[in-house]
Amino acid sequence: MKLYEYLAKEILGKSGIPTPPGRVAMNPDEVAAVAAEIGAPVAIKAQILAGGRGKAGGIRFADHPEQARAVAKEMFGADLKGFKIDRLLVEKKLKIENELYVGVAVDGAAKLPLLIASAQGGMSIEEVPEKAIVKRPIDITWGLYPYTAREVVRRLGLTGTPAKKVAEVLVKLYRVFRAYDAELVEINPLIIAAGEGPGKEEVIAADARLNVDDYALFRHKELPVIDEGTALEKKVKAIGLAYVELDGDIAVMANGAGMAMATLDILSRYGGRPANFLDAGGGASVEPTAQAIDVLVATKPKAILINIFGGITRCDDVAKAILWVKQNRGIPVPLVVRLVGTNEAEGVRLLQEAGLNAYRSLDEAAAKVVAAAGGAK
Amino acid sequence: MAIYIDEKTKVLVQGITGNQGAFHTKQMLAYGTRVVAGTSPGKGGQEVEGVPVFDTAEEAVEARGANASVIFVPAAFAKDTIFDAIDNGIKTVVAITEGIPVHDAMEIMAFARAHEAVVIGPNTFGVISPGKCKIGIMPNQIYAPGKVGVVARSGTLSYEIAASLTQAGLGQTTVVGMGGDRVVGLSFIDVLKRFQADPETEGVVLIGEIGGRAEEEAAEYIKGMTKPVVAYLAGKAAPPGKRMGHAGAIIERGRGTFDSKVKALEAGGAAVADLPWQVPELLKGRLASAKAGGGETAATRNGNGHGEAGKKKGKK
Repeated sequence: MKLYEYLAKEILGKSGIPTPPGRVAMNPDEVAAVAAEIGAPVAIKAQILAGGRGKAGGIRFADHPEQARAVAKEMFGADLKGFKIDRLLVEKKLKIENELYVGVAVDGAAKLPLLIASAQGGMSIEEVPEKAIVKRPIDITWGLYPYTAREVVRRLGLTGTPAKKVAEVLVKLYRVFRAYDAELVEINPLIIAAGEGPGKEEVIAADARLNVDDYALFRHKELPVIDEGTALEKKVKAIGLAYVELDGDIAVMANGAGMAMATLDILSRYGGRPANFLDAGGGASVEPTAQAIDVLVATKPKAILINIFGGITRCDDVAKAILWVKQNRGIPVPLVVRLVGTNEAEGVRLLQEAGLNAYRSLDEAAAKVVAAAGGAK
Repeated sequence: MAIYIDEKTKVLVQGITGNQGAFHTKQMLAYGTRVVAGTSPGKGGQEVEGVPVFDTAEEAVEARGANASVIFVPAAFAKDTIFDAIDNGIKTVVAITEGIPVHDAMEIMAFARAHEAVVIGPNTFGVISPGKCKIGIMPNQIYAPGKVGVVARSGTLSYEIAASLTQAGLGQTTVVGMGGDRVVGLSFIDVLKRFQADPETEGVVLIGEIGGRAEEEAAEYIKGMTKPVVAYLAGKAAPPGKRMGHAGAIIERGRGTFDSKVKALEAGGAAVADLPWQVPELLKGRLASAKAGGGETAATRNGNGHGEAGKKKGKK
C-alpha cells in the first residue's frame, strides 16, 4: 500500500526526521489558511500515488495566501497522471542548496533490507548512474548501526555538520522501514540547507515515499486504508482473489498466478486480447469460484475463457460454480472451459449435461475462445 | 538420488489441526510420505490421521525424530512457527503459507542462514521426489519417478508441465517449488547446483516468470552446467507496471521483461520453450544430444531453443 506524501512525512516527522513546516488541505480555503499560518512563499503539492509529479505540473508555488487560494482552485479536481487531485500539501518553500537521495528497500535476491543513497538527489533514482549510488545491505538481525550510516555518508562525499545530520537521518529512516513493515521508504530529495551558516546547516526531507507491505497491514491498524485499484479490482480483492484489469475483450480465469500468466500468453499468441487476469487461487471451492465467474461476466467481455488444472482445485467444484452462475445469473457471452486434473471426468459430465463443452487442451481452448470473440486482432 | 527430501525424510506438519493441514496430511500419507508428527499449540495429545499432535516442535523432534517440517499455520504466526522448527534442529522447512509479511520472511531467512537450514517457500506448493516423498500440496497423480529435475516459481504451471513430462515418459528426480513471494529461501541457482551435483538427474526444467532478475542470474550459472536445461517463462503478454498475482511478477522500469530473460537464458545455453507443452519434446532433444556429446557445458553447445520451438510451430 502506497501512502500519500503528507502521511509519509507525518511518520518521518514523528520519527525525528525534519520535514518542512506545512499541512494537508482539502479545499482552496484551507490552502489559503495554511499558507497564512506557515508564512509565504509556499509550495503547493498535489497528493497523488504516482511518481513524476513535479514534471507533470503537480507542484506549484505561491507568494501570498490569496495567490495560494487561486492556484489551489486550479489544481483541485484536475487530472494528474490518471489521478484526480483531491488533496494538496501546503509547505514552506525551501531554499535548496544540495539534494540527496536516501532510501531503504527490500532486496529480494539478498533477502535483506538494502540501504540506498546518492549525492545526486532530486531525480528518479533509476536515472542516476550506477556509480553515483551507494548500496549497503543491512543485516536484519542487528539493524543499521550509526557507524554503517557514517560510512555510507562518507562515500557520498559529505563532511562536517551535513555528514553528521544525514547519518542520523539514515538511522531513523531504517527504523521507519522496520517499524512500518515498509517495502520501500525513500526521501528524494533530502535537502541540505545553509541554515544559519557554516556548522549550522539543516537537513530536511523535501519529498517522501512510504510503501507498506500489504501482507503486514493486519498489524498496522494505525494506518488509513488507501486502495488505488479500480472499483472492480477492489471488489475482487475483497473476495480474496488476485485480479488485474487489462484492455482487451476476453475475460480470463485460471487457477494459480503462473498458470494465469501462461494463459494470457497463449491467448495473445492466437491474436486474442485479454480483458483481465483473474487468479482463482489454488484450491478454491465452489463459492469463491462462482463469485469470480460472476465478476468476469460483469466486465462485459466478448467471451470468457476458464482454464483450470485441477490439483487441489477440484474440476467438479469448478463445473458446479460455472453451472451456478449460468442458472442464477446467466452467462450472456460465449464461454470456453478447459478442465483437466482432479475429478475431471465428473466435472466434464456435469458441464455436458448442461450443454457445455470442456476442452482438455489449452491450445484448442485458446483458439476457440479467440474465434468466439471475433477472431484475431 | 533425489534432492532436499527422500524416502528417509521424517516430516513434521506444523498447523496439522487446521483444514489445510489435516487435508494435506492425509494426501501426503496417501503418497507414502513419512509424516511422523504434527504441532498445534494447545492441542498436544490429539491425533490427526493417526499422526500424533504436539504443542511444540521440541517434543515432535525428541519423540518422533522429525527432520523436515511443512508449515500450514496462518501468515501472522508463520515466523514464530518456523523459528520453532529451526531452533529445534530441523534443517528443511517447507513453508506453504501465503501472505507472510516480507519483513517476517527476511527474518526467517536470516534465522535459517544462521542455523544452516533450508527454507523452501513461502507461498510454495512444496517439494516432491516422486515415488519417495512429497512435502506440499501438489496433486499426487501427475508425477513419476525419473531423471528430470524441475524447479518452478509457480504451482499450477509446474503441474501442467510436470504432467506433460510424465505423459511423455520423462519422470522426475525432484520437483521444487521456490514460491511466489518477493523473499523466498531458495534461488534458481541454489536448486540448479543441487541438480547439477545429483548423479541421477540428467536434465533440468526451469519454470520462471517475468519480474526480478532471478532467471538472468540463473542463466549465468547454466553456462557452466554439464546437464541440459529447458526453460519456460510465463508473462510474455503481461503489461509493464501490473503485478501479476505473484509479489515479484511485475515489470518495473523496463526490468525483468520476458525478452531479457529469454535472451539471457539462451545465451546461457538453455533452450526456451514457446509453449508449456513443448517442454518435453525440447528436453528429449537436448538429452539425446547431451548423451551424444558427452560432458560439455551448456554454453559450449550451440542451438537456439526458442528458434527450434518456433520452427516446429511454423510447420503445424
